[in-house]
Amino acid sequence: MDRARENRRLSRRLAVVAVGMFGFGFALVPFYNQICAALGINSLQQPDVVNTQVDRSRTVTIEFDSNAHDLPWRFKPLVRHLEVHPGELATVEYEVVNVRQAPVTGQAVPSYGPQYAGEYFKKIDCFCFTQQTLAAGETRRMPVTFVVDPKLPGSIKSIALSYTFFEVAGRGGSS
Amino acid sequence: MSAVVHDHDDAHGHAHGHGDHHGGYSGLMRWITTTNHKDIGTMYLWFSFVMFSVGGLMAVVIRLELFSPGLQIVNPDFFNQMTTMHGLIMVFGAIMPVFVGFANWLIPMQIGAPDMAFARLNNWSFWLLPFAATLLILSFFMPGGAPGVGWTMYAPLTVQQGIGMDLTIFAVHILGMSSILGSINIITTILNMRAPGMTLMKMPLFCWTWLITAYLLVATMPVLAGAVTMTLTDRHFGTTFFNAAGGGDPVLYQHIFWFFGHPEVYIIALPGFGVISQVIPAFSRKPLFGYASMVYATSAIAILSFIVWAHHMYTVGMPVTGQLFFMYATTLIAVPTGVKVFNWVTTMWKGSLTFEAPMLFALGFLFMFTLGGFTGLVLALVPIDIQLHDTYYVVAHFHYVMVAGALFAAFAGIYFWLPKWTGNMYNETLAKVHFWLTLIFFNMIFFVQHFLGLAGMPRRIPDYPLMFETWNKISSLGAFGMGLTQLLFLYIVVNCIRGGVGKAPQLPWEGADSLEWTHLPTPAPYHSFETQPVIK
Amino acid sequence: MRGMKVLSALAGLLGLGASGTAHAIAWYFQTPASKMAADIDWLHQLVMWLIIVIFVGVFGAMFYACWAHRKSRGHRAEQFHENTAVEVLWTVIPAIILVAMALPVTKVVIAQKDTSAADITVKVTGYQWKWGYDYIKGEGEGISFLSTLATPREQIEGSAPKGQNYLLEVDNEMVVPVGKKIRVITTAADVVHAWWIPAFGAKQDAIPGFLRDIWFRAEETGTFRGQCTELCGKEHGFMPIVVRVVSADDYSKWVGERKQKAVQASAEDAKDYALPELMQRGEKIYATNCVACHQATGKGAPPAFPPLAGSKVVNGPEEAQIDVLLNGRPNTAMQAFKQLSDAEIAAVITFTRNSWGNKASEVQPAEVKARRK
Repeated sequence: MDRARENRRLSRRLAVVAVGMFGFGFALVPFYNQICAALGINSLQQPDVVNTQVDRSRTVTIEFDSNAHDLPWRFKPLVRHLEVHPGELATVEYEVVNVRQAPVTGQAVPSYGPQYAGEYFKKIDCFCFTQQTLAAGETRRMPVTFVVDPKLPGSIKSIALSYTFFEVAGRGGSS
Repeated sequence: MSAVVHDHDDAHGHAHGHGDHHGGYSGLMRWITTTNHKDIGTMYLWFSFVMFSVGGLMAVVIRLELFSPGLQIVNPDFFNQMTTMHGLIMVFGAIMPVFVGFANWLIPMQIGAPDMAFARLNNWSFWLLPFAATLLILSFFMPGGAPGVGWTMYAPLTVQQGIGMDLTIFAVHILGMSSILGSINIITTILNMRAPGMTLMKMPLFCWTWLITAYLLVATMPVLAGAVTMTLTDRHFGTTFFNAAGGGDPVLYQHIFWFFGHPEVYIIALPGFGVISQVIPAFSRKPLFGYASMVYATSAIAILSFIVWAHHMYTVGMPVTGQLFFMYATTLIAVPTGVKVFNWVTTMWKGSLTFEAPMLFALGFLFMFTLGGFTGLVLALVPIDIQLHDTYYVVAHFHYVMVAGALFAAFAGIYFWLPKWTGNMYNETLAKVHFWLTLIFFNMIFFVQHFLGLAGMPRRIPDYPLMFETWNKISSLGAFGMGLTQLLFLYIVVNCIRGGVGKAPQLPWEGADSLEWTHLPTPAPYHSFETQPVIK
Repeated sequence: MRGMKVLSALAGLLGLGASGTAHAIAWYFQTPASKMAADIDWLHQLVMWLIIVIFVGVFGAMFYACWAHRKSRGHRAEQFHENTAVEVLWTVIPAIILVAMALPVTKVVIAQKDTSAADITVKVTGYQWKWGYDYIKGEGEGISFLSTLATPREQIEGSAPKGQNYLLEVDNEMVVPVGKKIRVITTAADVVHAWWIPAFGAKQDAIPGFLRDIWFRAEETGTFRGQCTELCGKEHGFMPIVVRVVSADDYSKWVGERKQKAVQASAEDAKDYALPELMQRGEKIYATNCVACHQATGKGAPPAFPPLAGSKVVNGPEEAQIDVLLNGRPNTAMQAFKQLSDAEIAAVITFTRNSWGNKASEVQPAEVKARRK
């Protein structure tokens, strides 16, 4: 009967809407993060992933290192080292210059020395979270905001943070 | 509106009740296997009454504990379980299913259709409910008991709960599934199965309100499912949706929940509006004023309901622009809601009014739903909400709109349609007593709670500082009275089913003019409109 | 505007009436102690008058119709059912009223959010089930303490008469100077809580893992009380907030006293104690922090709240029990208590290990310190 088919069609469409809305609920998760980031709402937010107590009884030396792996970029930290207390929020900047006469996209990958110290190094804001595209000849300063977890073993007195930029394949011009 | 063709069954109009009419089954099997919209409507109504009673008992426990300051009868943990399950059971087990019961009974009859579009799906949609309700009740018997998180189930408190929380999450999934399937059925029925000549703008407003409500359900119940699923995985599968340590955010839960939660309150209210829109014209002997406006206003309310959710979250720390946006959008909903109230009053104006029980409940609804709407306007204003959020003022507000609003509308509808359903007249005197006692006790419970909230009493606490004692006592006494009064209601309904005060006339309500009244005998036959009428 | 003055006068009368009866039966906003709370009160009264006028108008009409248009009075029903002009009117006019109302309200919303240029900043942390206060900027910087319900359990359970500030009293009050802008930064250690002082018109959710802020300026000295306003578990109703507002001089005095106490406390942590001292102090700490779940009898309420009497953990190795107190037990109601001092934890552990038939070794502050990471 025609009506039965009409009914089935409509019910299928409604079922698709229901399933779609279920997906929408999950889509709200990245939406929320994007909207907060775009509106800068999380500026007050200081993710308290670690104990909020600043451990003033000791300092840790963070050394900053940079590598541009086969990328035509000059890449350096503006500060070579910094003394911080575990639990204390700090921000440093790195500077990147694209010497190629064409746009280049790169992705920074962090590494730590000693390696296991990475577990205690919490990056709140970092250019390493996203790909960076620099126009021809562009210079850019990029911040890293971090906090060292007070749970850091006392035996670690210094952590080296190193970034290596890799070119993202398929983007940018030819050399 | 006049019909031309009567179908074969109508001419006989026998009251059903004989086993051989009902698909061959009798007794329990009839009810388990029925695909008849009238049977299923009846089951929804009885189920919701049972759930009202269970939820009501929990309310009595709550009000018993709150009768005096100090902890007398329950420990705080169990008290939290009571408030949580009272809310979940009343919202999902009582007030939503009662209106689905109305939908099942009335929509096919009012549009001249023989049954719902998917009769067997209809049966499944119902039987999911007792199963889900069992899960909810079962959670009390798990180690740790039922969850004590409020019906809103905020994270990360939900992550701390015992296994009762998981049972509740499954129950919510099943309740949601039932609603979604039922809504698909309702939308398809209304859009595809109307009798020829029954255009959308001719159909009773009750059907319009259910059409719109069903769309709201299809759009928002899945979002609730998402929220509780994320809670489940945060609890057991290592996700961190709502855990800052993993990059998540507890406030995210609140956004997702209230994206569902706000339309949910309109899902509860709109079918009640539909019932009132049938009852008031009938007892004014005058057509509903501004039918088209009522359709547009209801649609506007439904659409606006999607953009106001964060007014439940003014204190989470959202930026000023957010607060302002949601405040403006929320106050905007007052406009179409006001239009509806004005239209109902104007329907009465210069009518020829009588005040049988359905009309009394409809007037009670009008008066007190509007009062609740006004306290909602007060809460919509951010600075005032800062003082009233999470206090008893909010509890008073939503009980006014949901109990004095939706529940009164349900009572109005039950008295209105009992003759059509049973073929008998209920005892009008007792029904009036039921109305007045319910009205008085309801206000005793909840009017004074506005004062408690203004004075600073928070929600969801089992014990309170001494300055709140007086109103709490009055509120508790009202609760005991209200609970007892509903036993009278049960008596009236059962008595009516069994014969009441006599057979109902074909048209007990002079001003009623929808198809079930004009084209079907009283009581309505088991199968109606097997041949659809043609509407002029 | 004269209209506004009349309205304010009327509103003021209502407020006067309200505060007059406030002592007898609390039914309205608490007496405002900040301009913000007073502004909120004024806004509320404005809206209430508006609502009352509309309500009386609409339901006056309805009740009139119920009386004049009754069938029993012989009234015959007219059949009109449409009027576009009227519909437009009662759509547009309410919209205009709402827009007009939005203006004064918006001003207050914006003012409420402006936490800049504060004199003192206090970080407030919600715990299950107490508050922690850290003075992080301004006079008093460095002061840090916990604030727990001080009402004795016997009053709650009905075996002692209830005091005047039943459920609204704490062991350590938050103290601020009068007339200064205080910025409150809220966060939480476990679940969502909310910090609220009605007299200041200041309420803010405390979200675990995030910082939020509000501000208040108390215009008069006194003691102001509020309660946690977001369901946070079992003892949600038992974690009040008390703010004592004092003169600038008294505040400086208090700051001095607290700093001395802090020095004392760290001295305490460095010492060793005899058993009777530990037991005495431990008993008090138990009564404040543990009795709600584990009960005065140590029997708890299993399975959610295990008994301490005869418990394997309590009678077992010290490190294990210290770890439970410092870190809590994930996915249970047992919270971390690392915010207590070494001396406090040592005392309460020793108390549990030597009560209700338990007979186990005592614990000294130094051992607790060693287990902290």
